[in-house]
Amino acid sequence: MAAIPVLFGLTVIVFLIMAMIPGDPATAILGSYATPENVAKLNQQLGLDKSLFQQYLIWIGNLFHGDLGRSYTLNRPVLDEVLERFSATLILAGTSLVLCSIFGLLAGIVSAVRQYGWADKIITFLVLIGISTPSFWLGLLLILAFAVKLRLFPASGMFAIYGGGDLPDLLHHLALPALTLSVVATGVIARLTRTAMLEVLRQDYIRTARAKGLSERKVIYKHAFKAALVSVVPVIGIQAGFVIGGAVYIETVFQWPGIGSMLVTAISTRDLLLVQGGVLVVAAAYVLFNLVADVVQTMLDPRLR
Amino acid sequence: MTDTAVNTKAKPAPKSARPGTVALLLNNSLATGGLIVLAVICLIALATPLLPLPDPDATAPADRLLPVFSEGHLLGTDHLGRDLLSRLLWGTRVSLAVGVSATLIAAFFGSLFGLVAGYAGGRTDTVIMRGIDMVMAFPYILLALAIVAVLGPGLLNALYAIALVNIPFFARNIRGITYGLARREFVDAARLSGKSPVQILFIEILPNVLPVIVITMSTTVGWMILETAGLSFLGLGAQPPQADLGSMLGEGRKILFTAPHVSIIPGLMIFALVMSINLFGDGVRDVLDPRLRAGSLSRPVARTAVARGGSDIPPPSATPGVLDLRGLRTEFRIGGSVYKAVGGVDLHVRQGECLGVVGESGSGKSVTAMSVMGLVPTPPGRIAGGAAYLEGEDLFAASDGRIRHLRGGSVAYVFQDPLSTLHPLFTVGDQLKEAIRAHQPLSNAQLKEKALELLSLVRIPNPKERLSAYPHELSGGMRQRVCIAMALANDAKLLIADEPTTALDVTVQAQVLTLMNGLRRERNAAILFITHDFGVVSALCDRVAVMYAGRIVETGTTREILENPQHPYTAKLIECVPVLGEPERRLDAIEGRPPVVNNLPDGCAFADRCPRVRPDCRSGELELKLSSPERGVRCLYPLGEGGTA
Repeated sequence: MAAIPVLFGLTVIVFLIMAMIPGDPATAILGSYATPENVAKLNQQLGLDKSLFQQYLIWIGNLFHGDLGRSYTLNRPVLDEVLERFSATLILAGTSLVLCSIFGLLAGIVSAVRQYGWADKIITFLVLIGISTPSFWLGLLLILAFAVKLRLFPASGMFAIYGGGDLPDLLHHLALPALTLSVVATGVIARLTRTAMLEVLRQDYIRTARAKGLSERKVIYKHAFKAALVSVVPVIGIQAGFVIGGAVYIETVFQWPGIGSMLVTAISTRDLLLVQGGVLVVAAAYVLFNLVADVVQTMLDPRLR
Repeated sequence: MTDTAVNTKAKPAPKSARPGTVALLLNNSLATGGLIVLAVICLIALATPLLPLPDPDATAPADRLLPVFSEGHLLGTDHLGRDLLSRLLWGTRVSLAVGVSATLIAAFFGSLFGLVAGYAGGRTDTVIMRGIDMVMAFPYILLALAIVAVLGPGLLNALYAIALVNIPFFARNIRGITYGLARREFVDAARLSGKSPVQILFIEILPNVLPVIVITMSTTVGWMILETAGLSFLGLGAQPPQADLGSMLGEGRKILFTAPHVSIIPGLMIFALVMSINLFGDGVRDVLDPRLRAGSLSRPVARTAVARGGSDIPPPSATPGVLDLRGLRTEFRIGGSVYKAVGGVDLHVRQGECLGVVGESGSGKSVTAMSVMGLVPTPPGRIAGGAAYLEGEDLFAASDGRIRHLRGGSVAYVFQDPLSTLHPLFTVGDQLKEAIRAHQPLSNAQLKEKALELLSLVRIPNPKERLSAYPHELSGGMRQRVCIAMALANDAKLLIADEPTTALDVTVQAQVLTLMNGLRRERNAAILFITHDFGVVSALCDRVAVMYAGRIVETGTTREILENPQHPYTAKLIECVPVLGEPERRLDAIEGRPPVVNNLPDGCAFADRCPRVRPDCRSGELELKLSSPERGVRCLYPLGEGGTA
């Protein structure tokens, strides 16, 4: 399991990042008028007088018990807050990931099959626009167009304040942010699918498929697509990271109650334990996403077994 | 073209035919457009302090939220009455400076890590790259957020964060190239000449790595501008009163509903900047990446294009047969020159007969074989003239649907390398069943039974287990048997085998040949057998056609050709076959190379390599002189009885 050392490394990096923060936490908590004795006492209570390695062991021990500390701004356990927020992010990012996979693969295939044709040129140009558009700006434009002008979708939030809470309400709120978040990843996946398809369509086994007398539809959608998918799946795994990361902007723009908007607030209020917990959970989720991508790739390609 | 001496040297010289880097870049209209927009933005940004603009930070509460095109404020004002045009240009300066600085920092450190890891290899490499992998295990933006969380919000900290998270991209790309370069001869030579590792890295390796650094920079600088703007948008980058495009957008967001222009305008600028950089960057990548430059990624269509133009379509020949090729011409158009791979070939194969087509690589024999069923890749290939008749039917005039019906049904192929010709992701059974199902509507059970039958026919042991095997799990010989089984699936009238034994070792070769010979006897199919090996020909073929530079230079029965070759080229090819028990026999490779078919000399194409060449060999069109209906030679001075070269 390649994921385990990576997860372990993540905890080390997250721990070190937080340990590197300049300034003395005890002073920060007690304020600048605290007496040195009080600071020393608090440091002892917080375990900060121990070596970095010991501190890490204590921290990771607590981590295994589900104790990520307590958020001082929210006055509740970090883990509770993080998991609650993360489920909202998962809904948003997961939907976007499905959208960008479907549209990206479709666009890439059409682009490759109609290489240098009109469809290819239009898709290539749209892809370029898509990956050059700041997602936070696109979100604002979509709010202006679909929420303010056309009044088709709500401008923000996850559920309607009055009478909402069911699935149609969620989807209604989800549409604009999920679409915005999927644009860049769609472009990246479309580009890579196009290249992978072109690469595969030149292979000898495609010539064999044609020499058998298969229809062009079968040649492209069965033989070529399956082979191309093997190289696109890891890219989708990587895009999961960009989608989860990009959710930070989208959640802020659409006031989606996810982990991204939580992180931004936590950074501004210097609620570092909350930042630490959030970063750790999201990074772990990303590692798991990539693990899934690896498994799917192995399922597709018998040579990797 | 009279100076044939030039020709022997003239391997295709693509360099001279290739326009320069800048010309190529400007040829790409999108890249040029991107460059122009980018240049205009950069110029304006540079000139901003000189322009007659109001102070970007001067507030004027009386003039707040003026719309676009207001008097004195071309783009209007924001919520504090500050001039938006002035703020936009000053903000662009900041965003550009931050994005470019972040790129330079990331490029410097990333390249350094990559160079050191790739050059040192071993443990250093492992440690550095593991660290890089670790950093990449974080979602990109999240890591930047974590760094800003540590350093505290601020434009400079955002810059560092974005630079840091981009280091892995550079390190990975540069490490890969360096790793390959560091193990090349010229680096060994530099090391032996006593240069220090630092000298080698920066004098020998860095110049070769530079294009990759430039490509990576051009593809990431847009991202970095976008991401720093994003951090500012979130309020974690530029802090007031300092403003970049992102923080302007972030402030504008709060008054999105009342004054949308305040947020739309800076966003549009980010978009224009990033889009122009991406357009230009793609152009740079296309020019610097040789794989894309050659246009090698164009996709072959389902069937070779036929462009017989106004040329007359030759009628079928008098000799009836399964396959009848008449004056076949197939060309490749690559970068302005035309390669006449097949330059007028006549062939015929009768039922139950095996015709060997022999020649060196590049002689056009495979292209001839692929042309029959339109399997020559288009682009760049196309059939430029002649006809192929399958039992009297003009294949080049047939519809796509008809060709698809004939492919695998009436005409089956066996290709050279069975590892690359079988689909790696489908089981042998699935591929066999698919070949059958394409032409016979059978139930699943019947398909399986038929597939088993075919595998037993080509003598694959344990056929039942092999059905669920993937190609990579079989040996080369087994794979080729599977290919042959696939070709036999629908009782084709004609089997075209393109060097089916070349990729196999000798004992397996013999087994496959025996198998094919037996199948021909049993099934009475016609075989067109492409090979470069006269040893193989003598084992299997009834008749032989020898090809050179896209034309048939000699044809006759196998016996006639082997015992009495008339063309000096044929004689040389036969001499190349090793004979058991005659160790003293010289294995003569034929000196020289076949001519490049985009620039064929006048007269005999073999003249430059021919030991018997005479002056008149180098002019005029040489005919295939027939001594009997099936015996001919394209030579002015053919070898006599029992001839030797």
